[in-house]
Amino acid sequence: MHPMSSPAEDPVEVEYFELILPSEIRRVGEVVEAVLQGCAARNTLGSTTRFRLCTVVAEAVANAIAYGNLHDPLRRVLVQVESGPECIRIGVSDEGDGFDPSAVPEPTHDDCHEATRGRGLFMIRHLSADVTFNARGNTIWMTLPRH
Amino acid sequence: MPFQSAKDPSGATIVTVEGQLIVANRQDLKTLIQDALEAGDRRFVVDFGPTAYIDSSGLGALVSINKKVREAGGELRLAGLNEDLRALFELTKLDTLFAISETTAEALVGL
Repeated sequence: MHPMSSPAEDPVEVEYFELILPSEIRRVGEVVEAVLQGCAARNTLGSTTRFRLCTVVAEAVANAIAYGNLHDPLRRVLVQVESGPECIRIGVSDEGDGFDPSAVPEPTHDDCHEATRGRGLFMIRHLSADVTFNARGNTIWMTLPRH
Repeated sequence: MPFQSAKDPSGATIVTVEGQLIVANRQDLKTLIQDALEAGDRRFVVDFGPTAYIDSSGLGALVSINKKVREAGGELRLAGLNEDLRALFELTKLDTLFAISETTAEALVGL
C-alpha cells in the first residue's frame, strides 16, 4: 500500500489522499484503518460515521478484490479519499470489467437470510448518504456526512 | 487473533469479537466454532462488546455458524451489540434470525 498526497480542489477545506493495494483479501482491514486515520487526521469523526465509514470501505474494497479483480494479485485496487469538514467522499476502483449495480438483488427478503450476494452493496447504499458508479461499473463513489 | 474464547461456569462458550468481523478473518471464527462443536460444546454466546464493525461477509459467517450450531442441536446467542451494530442487524433483517441480548450475562440466562 502506497499512501500518496496530491493537491485537492480546495487544499484548505478538503484533504485528498489515495491508497493503492494488491488484490489480497487480508489487506482489507489495514486499508480500512488507513482510511479511518486519514479522515480523522484534521477533523473529528462521530462514532456512527466511524462505524459507517469502516463498514462501507471494507465492503467496497472486498468487492473490488473479489468480484472486480477476481483475487488476481497482479490487479490493483485504488482507494481515493476526499476528506472535508462536512463530508467524506470515497472512491474504490478495480481493474475488472465492471458490473451493473441495478442487477444486484436486494438481500432482505425472508428467504434470503443465508444469501450473501447483494448484501454488501445493500449495506453500502443504506449506510452512505450518496452512492454513484462510473459508466463502466468498476468504480464506486460513496459519500458520508462527517457528523 | 481478534477472537477470544472462554467458558463460563456453566460450560457455555463465550466468543468475544475484538475489532472487526470481516471477510479477512471470518474463517477464523467459523473454525473456532466448528472446533468447539467437535469438542462437544453446544451452547455459545458471541460477544460483540469490543467490536468496531462487521461487513456482509462477517454477517454471512454468523448465519452459517448459527445454522451449524442448530444442526448440531445447540444454540447460539449474540450479545453486546452497540447501537450501530444493532441497527445493521435490523437493516439486514438478521435481527429476526438471531437471539440478541444486551449483555453476555443476559444471553447466558436460560442458555
